[in-house]
Amino acid sequence: MKKKIIHGKNIVKSYGGERVVDDIDFWVKSEEFLTILGPSGCGKTTTLRMIGGFETPDEGQILFEDRDITQLPPYLRPINTVFQKYALFPHMNIYENIAFGLRIKKMSESDIKKRIERILELVNLSGFEKRQINQLSGGQQQRIAIARALVNEPKVLLLDEPLGALDLKLRKEMQLELKYMQQELGITFIYVTHDQEEALTMSDKIIVMNKGKIQQIGSPVNIYNEPINAFVADFIGESNIINGSMKEDFWVDFAGKSFNCLDTGFRSNEPVDVVIRPEDIKIVSKKDGLLTGMVDSVVFKGVHYEMHIIEGDRTWMVHSTKSSVEGEEVGLFVTPDDLHIMRKEEVSNSAEAI
Amino acid sequence: MLKRFSAAPYLLWSTIFVVVPLLLVFVYSLFIFDANGMSFSIESYLKFLDPLYLEVLWRSILLAFEATLICILLGFPMALILSKMKPSLQKIAVTLFILPMWMNFLLRTYAWMAILGKNGIINNLLEFFHIQGVSLLYNEGAILLGMVYNFLPFMVLPIYTVLTKIDYQLVEAAEDLGANKKTVFQKIILPLSIPGVISGILMVFMPAVSTFVISNLLGGGQFNLIGNLIEQQFLLVGNWNFGSAISMILMVVILISVAALNRMDRSGGGETRVW
Repeated sequence: MKKKIIHGKNIVKSYGGERVVDDIDFWVKSEEFLTILGPSGCGKTTTLRMIGGFETPDEGQILFEDRDITQLPPYLRPINTVFQKYALFPHMNIYENIAFGLRIKKMSESDIKKRIERILELVNLSGFEKRQINQLSGGQQQRIAIARALVNEPKVLLLDEPLGALDLKLRKEMQLELKYMQQELGITFIYVTHDQEEALTMSDKIIVMNKGKIQQIGSPVNIYNEPINAFVADFIGESNIINGSMKEDFWVDFAGKSFNCLDTGFRSNEPVDVVIRPEDIKIVSKKDGLLTGMVDSVVFKGVHYEMHIIEGDRTWMVHSTKSSVEGEEVGLFVTPDDLHIMRKEEVSNSAEAI
Repeated sequence: MLKRFSAAPYLLWSTIFVVVPLLLVFVYSLFIFDANGMSFSIESYLKFLDPLYLEVLWRSILLAFEATLICILLGFPMALILSKMKPSLQKIAVTLFILPMWMNFLLRTYAWMAILGKNGIINNLLEFFHIQGVSLLYNEGAILLGMVYNFLPFMVLPIYTVLTKIDYQLVEAAEDLGANKKTVFQKIILPLSIPGVISGILMVFMPAVSTFVISNLLGGGQFNLIGNLIEQQFLLVGNWNFGSAISMILMVVILISVAALNRMDRSGGGETRVW
């Protein structure tokens, strides 16, 4: 068992009376890749900034290896940050940028040189020492920002949406490289993003946040397959979320019919959200379908077709590699393990399908 | 095409009111008047080599240099304090700071005469406490004070502008890498504010080295600076040729100092070059 390296205990942070971070509790284990995932304004960046020391929590504690660092200024924390907009020093060349932290630690010039050579090799920018910041592309600046933080060999590296400004292809490359670096160096990464795909690709553990509260903590597979509520289901990938009620164990009512499911332990007739992933719905002939509807639109998305099927007063989103014809009457089929039943939240998601 | 066309009015303006007069000054400086009328000569320039005039030039440069230095020492901390204020307070403070500049330059300088003069506010106050009055006016200190007072905003504003433009994330990044407040100032804030300091130096040094109003009023005409010399040649002596030659020499002095500063800026680094 690895040790907890960062532990956030009951952290609260308010701005102008609004609780941006509302009593959250979480930890990261040593050498783990943790992602804090959520929509903008959910409090994820504020949480990261409190770990970095740029903000102080109103309530709660931040522990680093069981030591309270809540009031410690950033320059005394054994933590480094990769900033969203890189924040490279424009008046220094690449070498001086990366050397900044090492110089403060009074490392000898020959050691600094060795370390910089090694770290530039790691980020695939060997020989860039003498270049100026404005001579680099966005992707290269990002790598230098990562190198500048990693060269200090921090125990924890914080990354605030570091790939946000890069194009899709570069972003995917960097995702894999970051994951590789993290495993290679054995450093704990805390990564903030609003991109669910990024989170699923890189993380060992994901914290899903919304409105300052933690919604769910779990592994990528766990969060994708077993979302705890409609928000998480909707945020992690696309979903059909339908109002239903639990008739009894293994039976759920929605869309005017009863379906066999795998869930138990609900009150009789308890209102629930039924979540079905678009790729889990199969389009079959009308007579084989559990529900029937009319194909409203078919959009080619590259890997699959996205189809909207009108059934009663609902619209279902279906992903399939096979295309249907617009206007065609079709049947929809799901198996019991495709139905994810969730207790209603206090704030009801009176969401229609989609 | 449109771009080139829209520059035409300015080009016309600067040709008529800047380039042509400058050429005239240059031409005047190369001629002299004597009994035979006007003739080509560099005598005006040679005349300036008289130690009497060289001393005036030296004194002007020294005084302007002192004024600039004092402006930096006062202006930099002032700009730093302004830039760190809350945004709402900042606007008020900057306005208050510029407020005196809404008043006429002469009036402001006359005001200092009323403060420093023999029967001025300070001496009256001293007299009230039965202390012997002192002569505050008509010395180099008074001229220096006038220069600093009048030109300080030209030092503060460019530095303030550059300081407010520094991305705060750079400060956070430096702190993140282990820099305390002192190191952040030395390694980040100071080097990034150099362009502002340099344009401040130019904005203070140039008017200070060529002023004649401040030295006339607060120096009482006893302290000849190069600006006074030029003024006298044109308005009192009527030797336009010598006056033009001194103007050209002053211009060369300013150009050399600008070039030197630009060089300093380049070696010092800095994101934006103002000049």
